[in-house]
Amino acid sequence: MSGAPAPQAATAAAIAAQVRSGALKAVDVVEQHLARIDAREGEIHAFNLVMADQARAAAAAIDARVAAGEQVGPLAGVPIALKDNMCTRGVPTTCSSKILDGWRPPYDATVVTKLAEAGAIVIGKTNLDEFAMGSSTENSGFGPTRNPHDTSRVPGGSSGGSAAAVAAGFSAVSLGSDTGGSIRQPAALCGVVGVKPTYGYVSRYGLIAFASSLDQIGPFATTVEDAALVLDAIGGHDAHDSTSIPESHPSLVDVLDRGVEGLRVGRITDLPEGADPDVVERLEAAFDALRAAGATIVDVEVPAFGYALTAYYLIAPAEASSNLARFDGVRFGLRVDSPDTNSMYSATRAAGFGEEVKRRIMLGTYALSAGYYDAYYGRALKVRKLIHDDFARAYQSADVLLTPTSPTVAFPFGAKGDNPLAMYLCDLYTIPTNLAGHPGMSVPFGTGADGLPVGVQILAGTLDEPTMFRVGAALERAAASEGSRP
Amino acid sequence: MSQATSTPAPGAVQVRTDREVHDDALHADRLLEGGWELIVGLEVHVELDTATKLFSASPNRFGDDPNTNIDPVTLGLPGALPVLNKHAVELAMRIGAALNCTIQACTFHRKNYFYPDMPKAYQISQYDQPLNVDGFLDLPNGVRIGVERAHLEEDTGKSTHVGGSGGRIHGSDYSLIDFNRAGVPLVEIVSRPDIRTSEEARQYVTELRAILVAVGASDAKMEEGSMRCDANVSVHKPGTPFGTRCEIKNVNSVRSLGRAIDYEARRQIAMIEAGETVRQETRHWDENDGRTHTLRTKEDADDYRYFLEPDLVPLEPSAQWIAEVREALPLLPGARRARLGELTAMAPDSEAIMVVVERGQDEYVEAVGHLGGDIGRAVVHVKEAFAEQGSEPAVPATDLALLTKLEVSGKLTATQAKTVLAELVANGGGDAEAIAAAKGFEAMDTSALEAMVDQAIAAQPDAWAKYCAGEGKAMGALVGAVMKASQGKADGKIVTALLEQKKG
Amino acid sequence: MSDRITTADVVKVAKLARLDLAPQEIERMTAQLDGMLEHFADMDALDLSHVAPMTQPYPLRNVFRDDVVQPGLDREEVLAAAPRVEEGRFHVPPIIGLDS
Ligand SMILES: [Mg+2]
Ligand SMILES: [Zn+2]
Repeated sequence: MSGAPAPQAATAAAIAAQVRSGALKAVDVVEQHLARIDAREGEIHAFNLVMADQARAAAAAIDARVAAGEQVGPLAGVPIALKDNMCTRGVPTTCSSKILDGWRPPYDATVVTKLAEAGAIVIGKTNLDEFAMGSSTENSGFGPTRNPHDTSRVPGGSSGGSAAAVAAGFSAVSLGSDTGGSIRQPAALCGVVGVKPTYGYVSRYGLIAFASSLDQIGPFATTVEDAALVLDAIGGHDAHDSTSIPESHPSLVDVLDRGVEGLRVGRITDLPEGADPDVVERLEAAFDALRAAGATIVDVEVPAFGYALTAYYLIAPAEASSNLARFDGVRFGLRVDSPDTNSMYSATRAAGFGEEVKRRIMLGTYALSAGYYDAYYGRALKVRKLIHDDFARAYQSADVLLTPTSPTVAFPFGAKGDNPLAMYLCDLYTIPTNLAGHPGMSVPFGTGADGLPVGVQILAGTLDEPTMFRVGAALERAAASEGSRP
Repeated sequence: MSQATSTPAPGAVQVRTDREVHDDALHADRLLEGGWELIVGLEVHVELDTATKLFSASPNRFGDDPNTNIDPVTLGLPGALPVLNKHAVELAMRIGAALNCTIQACTFHRKNYFYPDMPKAYQISQYDQPLNVDGFLDLPNGVRIGVERAHLEEDTGKSTHVGGSGGRIHGSDYSLIDFNRAGVPLVEIVSRPDIRTSEEARQYVTELRAILVAVGASDAKMEEGSMRCDANVSVHKPGTPFGTRCEIKNVNSVRSLGRAIDYEARRQIAMIEAGETVRQETRHWDENDGRTHTLRTKEDADDYRYFLEPDLVPLEPSAQWIAEVREALPLLPGARRARLGELTAMAPDSEAIMVVVERGQDEYVEAVGHLGGDIGRAVVHVKEAFAEQGSEPAVPATDLALLTKLEVSGKLTATQAKTVLAELVANGGGDAEAIAAAKGFEAMDTSALEAMVDQAIAAQPDAWAKYCAGEGKAMGALVGAVMKASQGKADGKIVTALLEQKKG
Repeated sequence: MSDRITTADVVKVAKLARLDLAPQEIERMTAQLDGMLEHFADMDALDLSHVAPMTQPYPLRNVFRDDVVQPGLDREEVLAAAPRVEEGRFHVPPIIGLDS
């Protein structure tokens, strides 16, 4: 145990406003964050790479532009950390896998380009479960990340490094990717805000794919407003991603203080059990807070919710088995020399991938293989449709749904032992919305066992991020007033 | 590809279920020695003539330095995503329209397999919902070959095998990969197993190539690899189920295609006649030894684990777009041959018409007709003398029209016309009448010819008697004498006609 | 252990996936995959006969790119990241037992 995280520095919104006005120098902002990294990164291991020099140079450039009277963007001078599965040109991008160790992509992910346009400063690449497969960041090829609230515990995963970086004040905001809960669950465990937008809201170009039909990039932040600010900057259509939604998105920053008066907040009556009592208690408190803020609580059913884990663990590994086939030792990354191509592939992949990645490649290959496709992958796609339709029905009577984000608070390293299914159950409540393609966010709402953060998950229908953010902001206000009570 | 089979009732007339009944007339001449019937289906891959690749903006250009036409998508770099090239879709639709296919809503799948020149270790292709289905191609002789599908997919890179026995994959020391070709748009055209002879296979590929060029979809050069052909070959006795088929790969020319099919048919027949069983396998055509060799057997065939490509969305061409593509199609070679056949009263698959249409000189010939020339003669002249001229011959159509008019009116003999034609070709045109006059070719009227014919009969009474008795050979001596007397100006056809007249 | 997945299946799948697994890994993987498949049998309770498969979350159609060349990657930068290259191309060990 190692106490509470460092006192949080200014929010992204505050930093950007002051940098734009010239009241604050971006270089000073960067130095403050680098100092915090210096102080605690050895203990936390949030980063695979701290980009101190690049960040300093980028900050100096922002300051110069401010001095020259130029427009510098909504995230001017804001230090941001990127999950290390987003391509950064010339900067190592590893997916926390030995198979990509040392690889420097020759191109930038679309989100990286958009962040630069918004004036944000990338301060480092964060640790993750290898190829984003996991819920604790224990599966990293380069060692685990520790939870800043209690370093004997996991930060959650797979975007554990990005969640920890924000919780520890290493960066004002960060980006993660969420395939089955990989932003929301670590956000909950680290006590920060985490958002998975509607599938297609943020371009996936340059995000190293885990499961293409489920992956979405989203922000971590200390406030709902910062999350909105980042999502406004990285969202929108991208011609490089065929699944990118062409319509433009309304600003989320603009909706935050609209309140929840008259909104219908759904309680899923047939939600699968499994959440710890402290987590359930906080969920109930959240319902109460929203009711107090003027929302109506309604009961809804999502009967197929409980089958999501099965559908997910067939669909995601199937897509992953194909997406990860390109790591073959021919064009980039690790190669284990062998007498012929086939043995080179098998040796390289055996040496380069960790156990969980291999397990999912095997599962996915099996689910797609001749004779098993219909029984596994094919059926899983139908279950996915049921889940989608159940949610669609629920959103006819509720504007948003509230669930726990994670069944538990942050758990100790090794707690899930050798049983992969035990770890998979961490994402029980987050997975369904990835299958449906809908948005979801986790907002910190007080603490549970051992004083560890608890997150509440807000789910909304396709492209209803505005309503989701309104509810998130209301919960944040309620949590703040609750916390300020004696 | 599936080949239909039929099991006839004992003693029943042999019935073919896979072809129209009217084809049975052709059936007998299409059998191989020993009563074997050849069953061939062809899979033709053609590279589309686009500026960029199927799923990325890197150039689709042949012959550049290795690995210069590359981008993250082409190389299958982590994080790269495909975006469909609209022009490639349009060209694929043109192919579908030209092959009388239904053009439909479709999807893309991943075909998963590891190979060094396959960057993502999967090929984006079309699987159960291809763009074009259920078409056909008519060979020049009228035989109709079904087209099962014509789908879009991406090409692979190119491997060069170094060391060992000289560029061959087996026994090489290592291979070098160039990804310039990776991602180039391909249409794979799968025929039904309707082809019965190696000659038909050659005709199918030749006709397909002409169509692809005509619609502007591809330059379809087998020698450059922009058109590649695999053949599924089996043999059986008519009335019995189809035999086990082998897929022949690496056929790099129309000539090789015929040779490979003939070789493979002989190999399979020899095996069956020797009591052996043909194994289903993929075989490789070796141009050097003129044989096919086992590449892989069915047992070690990969499991491609097809699934819908999640990085792409469905392609649903609108009815309007499909109609526009169909309407914009140029007249295809078959229709052009038919039109020329009608205009000339020649068979559409006669050599002259085939050649003229293949060279794209049919419009020129028709222009000669519009200018009052004789189209039939024009077709023959163009076929004989315009091999080097391309689709827009240098000789003005009016000049050729005049030449044919002089022939028809009997002012020039066929022999004289040839001489004048050579002059026109050499000079890029000219006044046929003036050339004829300069050469001293003058019109010979029938009365002068008649006198010469009478003289020839008088001079050779034996030959005349034999001619009258029906000995054809005797005619030569009589015509020869007239030609000599006329110094070659007599028209052989008219001379023969006069002889016939006089015979009574 | 049930007969949902056998060691032989795992060996076959490992070959398809090009993963060189040690015998103990095969054993462990077989047990783990079997455990998962047992859990996934929960969906057998669902009647899916009239349910259409859902492959993508957002219903887009006809997403195209114009056929216009854009600048690509620099060959030297790309080759510098490759395990082995020769004469501007990617070097691989001999290809055997595969389609050509
Ligand atoms: Mg094929
Ligand atoms: Zn193909």
